[in-house]
Amino acid sequence: MRVSKRATSAIALSAAAALVASGCSSGDGDGDAAASKDGAIVIHGVQPENPLVPSNTTETGGGKVIDWLWTGLVEYPNDGGAPRNALAESINTTDSKVFTIKIKKGTKFHDGTEVKAKNFVDAWNWAAYSPNGAQNGTFFSDIAGFDQTYTSDPDGEGPKKAPAPTAEKMSGLKVVDEQTFEVTLAAPTAVFPTKLGYSAFMPLPDVFFTQKPEEFGKKPIGNGPVKFVSWEDNVLIKLTRFDDYNLRDTMKIKDVDVKLYQDETAAYNDLLANNLDFMETVPTSALAGDKWKTDLGDRGLSTTTPSTALIAFPTYDKRFQNPKLRRAVSLSIDRQEISDKIFFGTRKPADSWANPLTPGAKPGNCTACKFDATEAKRLLTEAGGFTGEMVFYYNADSSHKDWMDAVAQQVKTNLGINARAEGVPTFAVFRQNVNAHKMTGPYRAAWQQDYPDVENWVNPLYVTGGSSNDGLYSNPQVDTLAKQASAAPTLEASHEAFSKAVELVDQDVPSIPIYFYGQQSGHSEKIKKLELNNVGELDITSVEL
Amino acid sequence: MGRYLLRRLLQLVPVFIGTTFLIYALVWAVPGDPFAGKCGERRCPDQYIAFMTEKYHLDQNVFVQYANYMKNLLQGDFGTTFSQREISDIILTSYPNTLKLALVALTIEAVIGLGAGVLTGLRRNGFLDNLVLVSTLFLIALPVFVVGFVLQWLLGVQWGIIKPTVSSEMRLSELIVPGFVLGSASVAYIARVARTSIAENRRADYVRTAIAKGLPMRRVVGVHLLRNSLIPVVTLLGTDLGALMGGAIVTEGIFGINGIGRQVFRAIVTKESATVVGIVVVLVLVYLVMNLLVDLLYAALDPRIRYE
Repeated sequence: MRVSKRATSAIALSAAAALVASGCSSGDGDGDAAASKDGAIVIHGVQPENPLVPSNTTETGGGKVIDWLWTGLVEYPNDGGAPRNALAESINTTDSKVFTIKIKKGTKFHDGTEVKAKNFVDAWNWAAYSPNGAQNGTFFSDIAGFDQTYTSDPDGEGPKKAPAPTAEKMSGLKVVDEQTFEVTLAAPTAVFPTKLGYSAFMPLPDVFFTQKPEEFGKKPIGNGPVKFVSWEDNVLIKLTRFDDYNLRDTMKIKDVDVKLYQDETAAYNDLLANNLDFMETVPTSALAGDKWKTDLGDRGLSTTTPSTALIAFPTYDKRFQNPKLRRAVSLSIDRQEISDKIFFGTRKPADSWANPLTPGAKPGNCTACKFDATEAKRLLTEAGGFTGEMVFYYNADSSHKDWMDAVAQQVKTNLGINARAEGVPTFAVFRQNVNAHKMTGPYRAAWQQDYPDVENWVNPLYVTGGSSNDGLYSNPQVDTLAKQASAAPTLEASHEAFSKAVELVDQDVPSIPIYFYGQQSGHSEKIKKLELNNVGELDITSVEL
Repeated sequence: MGRYLLRRLLQLVPVFIGTTFLIYALVWAVPGDPFAGKCGERRCPDQYIAFMTEKYHLDQNVFVQYANYMKNLLQGDFGTTFSQREISDIILTSYPNTLKLALVALTIEAVIGLGAGVLTGLRRNGFLDNLVLVSTLFLIALPVFVVGFVLQWLLGVQWGIIKPTVSSEMRLSELIVPGFVLGSASVAYIARVARTSIAENRRADYVRTAIAKGLPMRRVVGVHLLRNSLIPVVTLLGTDLGALMGGAIVTEGIFGINGIGRQVFRAIVTKESATVVGIVVVLVLVYLVMNLLVDLLYAALDPRIRYE
């Protein structure tokens, strides 16, 4: 998943319901087509961490730009609904194991070459070949032959090195003709087509393979509605309409300048002065007392996003192995109060395991998310109490102190446990301890879906060996159910099976959902109409002036 | 003079090596694995970590790393960041911006500070003297970010006189307010030092002689008094350039200027020793050269000072 480095877990950046800027409904009409046609906007951005190669980008600064520069096989509708074909003409399968993907004819990369089946196959093979060091390499693990191209280090940080892969290409990918390719998965996976809209699965033009990836990434060539013009580090990324674009979402304006800020307040002041046309997340300081509403008036918009803040238990620590204790902690937290007092209602108290905006997620299925101090106390006694200090950890380099303190305080008051919250200086140090399984207390976590399906809220987080199951939670029954769910022939059956797995997770409480993220954005007077995409980024193709 | 210059230049070498090593080691000692937080709430793939570790020699000890770095540096190769950008590019794009900002700040400092210092030094304890005293005290007491935010909000958002942030062209007119913010505290110091120096020299024999000779007051103050009183001010201004450049991070942040402050900050957080050292190396050079310049200026200002 992508992480916003600015506020690290103010992963913030996501929205579900497509919404139309409030400004337009108040009488400006649908924008002036003539003004829009050659119009230009300046929007807020953050310097991408890496050169812009889709399979090597895991943070939001670069991820946003990549989402604009590329169009994938499928796209996620702005309203958060089920994915639909974009570049794909059809994605067919009979067994959820072998997929025949046919792409639309006559679409072009920004360098004028046609997008062919081979561009997908080559791009995926490149990312899955581990010596290339692509950060998103593991996204291809569903595909047959991945284990031959991608090797991992047998002893983690230890002295041994990962063995060289035995194959350069995944055996599960086959080009059939110019427009068709066949994907064979290692095991049936119903959700596979849904994943295809994630940026790791974007096609790469032939020219990518003739140069160094970092050179390509400085002047990326995509196939999306806008093309790359220039990138001045830490200052500006210029994008402009790609006139040969012939898919659904064509641009209504011409130029988009992404101004790279280091300070959110500077960007916010620019927004107030109409010097900036769009800011995805207003700074936390503007949320206090609803300042942003007074500042922006009908130029501000508020939405919810498919991401959740959690507190995870290190279940590898003996003291946290009793599910009753974990449930007691969860029940002792008054989420509504945290939402109201600390976030001024901009975050919603969590009441389900997967974010309810995700297709397949069941709202309200977290019975451990209620506030019930009496029940919590009873469970704590049953669990034999808790001795010693319970320290809640968070990374202190973004704004988590307030709510983590509140959580610790509530646990202290309602359970009588000696609890406090402690900040770890930086996200890097924090994650280092989490990755090394050295946490000695419950710790802050957050999850934003990579692709809209409940599968993404279960497999990485609660299945043994899941990529983000840092607390080492393991329940064989959950594993079996999740495996069945992943292999289900249809998405409906898969969702049904996942909800059963989640019921077991709900009994075990390996982590505690605290709140669902919300997002407060603002735009200038110039923009008459805009929509946000399913994760709250600006849909630049919807902008009208 | 020639030998003096040579000696001073030679002194730069150990200072240069010492500072760069210290900085390199300090960044190296910052806790945290550079790739632990890089992939968000999930471990980075092993191969990615192995690839980067090998590429940046992170498995070696700090001495080997530093030696490698210096070897490349002497060949003019500043290295690349973990995001595989040339550090020399970063230096080339961010330094001119910070330098421009610092020079604007220095000019504002010199003009306002010196002006106020001369006026108050000549008429001590008058209304103007007290006004300057109080207002400079006020400026010293205010942290830079308060001055910055208040001016940005007032002039940029409320009154719309300036744009809240500086555009990428870095026009001189846009830099006046950020320059003032950056130099605000130093204005106060310059004014005070200049005032004391002028007031002291005002009573010196040569001033009395000059007045007795019947020279016009403008000449007495402008040539005799000012020139002799400038030494402490020049020292302050000279060393301040380095301080302004190194300390511009807050101002750069508030006004959205792509300068070295943010680069250094980012690099420290991500443990990119090469970037920190690359930028600081140049900063160290600025300090050293400015110090040398100041020392040479002494001789120009006061003929009694000689170097051999």
